Amino acid sequence: MALALLMDIGSTYTKAVALDLEKAEVTAAARAPTTVQEITRGLARAVSELEKQLGGRPDWCHRLACSSAAGGLKMVAIGLVPGLTAKAARWAALGAGARVLKVYAHELAGREVTEIEALKPDIILLAGGTDGGNRRVLLHNAGRLADSRCPAAVILAGNKAAADEAASLLAGAGKDVRLAENVLPELDRLNVDPARQLIRQVFLEKIIHARGLDRTQQYLEGVLMPTPAAVLSAAELLARGTAEESGLGDLLVVDVGGATTDVYSICSGQPTRAGVSLKGLPEPYAKRTVEGDLGMRVSAPALYEAAGPRLAAEAAGMEAAAVRHYVELVHREPFLLPAGETQWRLETALAVLAVRLAVERHAGYLETFWTPVGATPVQHGKDLTAMPLLIGTGGVITAHPDPGPLLSAALYREAEPHRLLPRAPALAVDRGYILAAAGLLAEVAPDAALRAAKKNLLHL
Amino acid sequence: MTEEKTVVLGVIGADVHAVGNRILAYALAQAGFKVANIGVLATREEFINAALETDAAAIWVSSLYGHGELDCRGLRDQAAEAGLERILMYVGGNLVVGKQDWAGVEKRFKDMGFDRVYPPGTMPGRAIADLMRDLGLVNEVD
Repeated sequence: MALALLMDIGSTYTKAVALDLEKAEVTAAARAPTTVQEITRGLARAVSELEKQLGGRPDWCHRLACSSAAGGLKMVAIGLVPGLTAKAARWAALGAGARVLKVYAHELAGREVTEIEALKPDIILLAGGTDGGNRRVLLHNAGRLADSRCPAAVILAGNKAAADEAASLLAGAGKDVRLAENVLPELDRLNVDPARQLIRQVFLEKIIHARGLDRTQQYLEGVLMPTPAAVLSAAELLARGTAEESGLGDLLVVDVGGATTDVYSICSGQPTRAGVSLKGLPEPYAKRTVEGDLGMRVSAPALYEAAGPRLAAEAAGMEAAAVRHYVELVHREPFLLPAGETQWRLETALAVLAVRLAVERHAGYLETFWTPVGATPVQHGKDLTAMPLLIGTGGVITAHPDPGPLLSAALYREAEPHRLLPRAPALAVDRGYILAAAGLLAEVAPDAALRAAKKNLLHL
Repeated sequence: MTEEKTVVLGVIGADVHAVGNRILAYALAQAGFKVANIGVLATREEFINAALETDAAAIWVSSLYGHGELDCRGLRDQAAEAGLERILMYVGGNLVVGKQDWAGVEKRFKDMGFDRVYPPGTMPGRAIADLMRDLGLVNEVD
């Protein structure tokens, strides 16, 4: 029996699963609170719990982990025009599983550099200009960063005609600088994958050590990536399939957590209706968005704030005051698990709001222009109306006795026809909460990872 | 040398005439220019953002539905604000409604800051030849 140990060192829990590669099944799962000071203690507890379930210490064929502990991978993205290279840089960072602390555009001002120093990012992604386009801003910003006291690694992914010069400015000041292809080589061509790869490499080389994650060596072969990168990788694998095993096609994943709600769409998002023209930057095929104000515990007050009392009351079928009271409770006690019908109803309402708002922000929308020949619809972002599959994951969804209504909160609403939300997708739940584990396993055994991820889906 | 030069091309305002836009894009590419085509229903802001990122040598604005005068107003000033003081700006198409005296129309658009203004029925080659001249690339066409 070939067993893989796959771990997710989260900000609250360290989760461990044992996955049987031949059967493509989870044979045991365990979790323990993450120990922030000394990460290995929580890890050891989760592993020993797992071994207890398995009745001994198996001969692991792989021992891999992803992590979002200690604030995750912190990045700052810099570009020229907010809606163009700055946006492309942000997408590249999000796709690499980073927490994007802030996005800057145009020439950096002195106080912005001070702000970046205070934000203490792990990596700065510096873009600006299409290939052969604007050089000045990239050079200016590289010079500013070279003069700064910020020790972060800088990944340069801007205008190739200015990249070498910008890199030597930074290298000359002793910065760790790496060159990637431009995130926006032409105005209508997004190219985020090379920058994503490089972010991943810097994460492996530097960040793991800086976070003390390399002390996990006695338990693990390695911490390979930030957790959101693992989930994105699993979602892509599920959609595309491998040479051996077919994928499921376009899909949407919603991951509701305590601090954030992440949404992943794997699709082109082209207009599905005739006569609709597309505006703005092309969006990534594998697109991740993360909502820092939508979460079940740490971010519960912000979630209530974002939804507003009317929507919150509607979701719960109770007075808004009751929802607010529950929000305060779970914020105070992040480890609280709902008990009794009322708490479950409130917990469900929070999840419904998180799913609804997060997918709403991820999805594209239509804007109507009135022209002399009539109304002309223009699409911004991805059209998800024909999305065939919606997968829910994250603690509240995977543990919920009736997850259908939670996921349905993401669906198209007749009252808001401009939002390009999924109309009638099949609904599924990541039953064993293993998408991140599957994304990790995909690094070494993609076929087994895909089979396990598919088998694990509970179709509603 | 012309492949270094980028032209931002688009149809301004609530105007959905896409055919001429594609013909111009093709003609410019054939002449060796890099084309950043922002398509129909383009706003002034989109022209400027595209020109900024691509370090464009020129902005070519088309307007085929008669309301170009209102749409184009302010484009030159906005470009200057964005740091594109020297960028060339051409405009062409059915710029105004009805039969108006061309010299008057041309003057109004030049006053708005356009370097060249073209009446309906202009062939792409003429504007491209002007662009070559304005950019000092004229020897390459001979």
